[in-house]
Amino acid sequence: MSVEVAGLGRAKAEGPLKLAVPRGALFEETLDALDAAGIDTAELRGESRSLIFEGDGIVLVTMRPSDVPTYVEAGAADVGITGKDVLLEQSDRMVYELLDLGFGRCRMVLAGRKGDERLGEAERRLGMARIATKYPRVAERHFESTGRQVEVIEVKGSVELAPLIGLADGIVDLVATGRTLEENDLEVREEIVDCTARFVANRVAHKLRAAEVDELTAKLRERIGR
Amino acid sequence: MIHPIPPGTRDVLPDEMRELRRLHLALIDVFEDRGYGEVATPAIEYDEVLARGDGRTAASAYRFFDERGDLLALRSDMTIPIARLVGTRFADAEPPLRLCYLANAFRAVRPQRGQMREFAQAGVELIGAPAPEGTAEVVEVLEAALDAAGLNRAVIGLGDADLYRQLLAELGVEGAARDSVLERLATHDLVGLEAELSELKGIGDEQVATCVALSQLRGGSEVLEEARALGGAAVERATARIQETFEALEARGAADRVRIDLGLLRDLGYYSGAILEVYDPALGFVLGGGGRYDELLKRFGVDLPAAGFALYLERVHVAQMEEESRRRVDL
Repeated sequence: MSVEVAGLGRAKAEGPLKLAVPRGALFEETLDALDAAGIDTAELRGESRSLIFEGDGIVLVTMRPSDVPTYVEAGAADVGITGKDVLLEQSDRMVYELLDLGFGRCRMVLAGRKGDERLGEAERRLGMARIATKYPRVAERHFESTGRQVEVIEVKGSVELAPLIGLADGIVDLVATGRTLEENDLEVREEIVDCTARFVANRVAHKLRAAEVDELTAKLRERIGR
Repeated sequence: MIHPIPPGTRDVLPDEMRELRRLHLALIDVFEDRGYGEVATPAIEYDEVLARGDGRTAASAYRFFDERGDLLALRSDMTIPIARLVGTRFADAEPPLRLCYLANAFRAVRPQRGQMREFAQAGVELIGAPAPEGTAEVVEVLEAALDAAGLNRAVIGLGDADLYRQLLAELGVEGAARDSVLERLATHDLVGLEAELSELKGIGDEQVATCVALSQLRGGSEVLEEARALGGAAVERATARIQETFEALEARGAADRVRIDLGLLRDLGYYSGAILEVYDPALGFVLGGGGRYDELLKRFGVDLPAAGFALYLERVHVAQMEEESRRRVDL
């Protein structure tokens, strides 16, 4: 059955509700939130390499957080959980953002090397700083909205590396505890935006499966005490 | 040798064309049967004329100069060209006018998203028939069109374009703040909506909660009661308009597949009063939409109320294929 649920034809707003679960940093807390909402996540906590888990009236689909908006927009998943950082970077994905789940809190920041004036100097003397980031659109919007010119360099891996070996003057990245910055001799220069996990829904599923989506939203909301 | 075509455009080959043609004919038959005469207008219009219809947004993504230096534009839908046509060719005709079309329109696309720059729309315009009966007739035609396409599970969302404009005016939210709140509502960013409203002066927690709750009300006629319980003159007026339309639909026996949706907000600038959106359980995307635009014809010199809808032909075709394969599985 699971293959059929996932693979047959196009995205459909029918059958059991499909929920996109983010693997990675938000995974554990997402499972805790789902448990509290009465969804059994024991199978996901095991060693299974499966991507799809069928529960009682719900199918949990695990994926990278940055893929969640893609699956939900297309209706391949009806609802999902992902970080606000992902939603900001993919703001052109048409998904309904229904709830701030409160967990997974971190900050999007501009950081530079400690005690190094390269960032300010590049802006002042060259009119343009080079900024490495995994969030090129968030970075571009931030500098545009503050009236500064930058060259945004998109990197896929550890972005802290870029200013250390001269690829960039600064970085825009997500910071949870600040330890990674600290260990790489970097410091926060500007706060851009706070990010938490969000509950999102497909536009058609939100209309055609209103009762199920609303019930799940209410249960998730209960836990965060609002 | 490969000769490329622009992204967002495509060729249609015989197998697909045959099916699209069948769908074209089925839809136009439904429209003609109900007295809607088919019209065609040029794909290229004067930019100034299209902009007259929708001053809020740039009317067209594709603009260019002709050999005389006039600014031309590719149409982004058929409603404005038909308003122009009615103002020019049917200014003295006895209303109501019933027109239909099947035409290609052009929109800007976001790169790498598989969106189409050029797409086909099939729809009707009913000009000179006010709410609620005019709206009910349009919904009835839409239902017949969906049935003809084999989408008998499709659902029509019915909302009101003026609800939030009037509600925000009532709350004293104006200018940039108002536009930004409407944008949050249109994209259904409830977290942002709540945050934004909370920051505005003179808006209390209760009013914020009302706005958020209102946008989540969708279902049968019972949601109108729930909406009224949230209070306010704007809500009262909007629910009264929706109720009238819904009752007109019930009287025609056409209300079964209509869901009232107070969260509905379409992004085209010319809508007023009832707005419609079409969904099918077989597809994660909206199949089409429409509504009333009682102020639009005035801009073309004919002061007549109007309503209409447009279906995205290619999406209807996809849904049609999905529904067919589903029926095969069920058998």
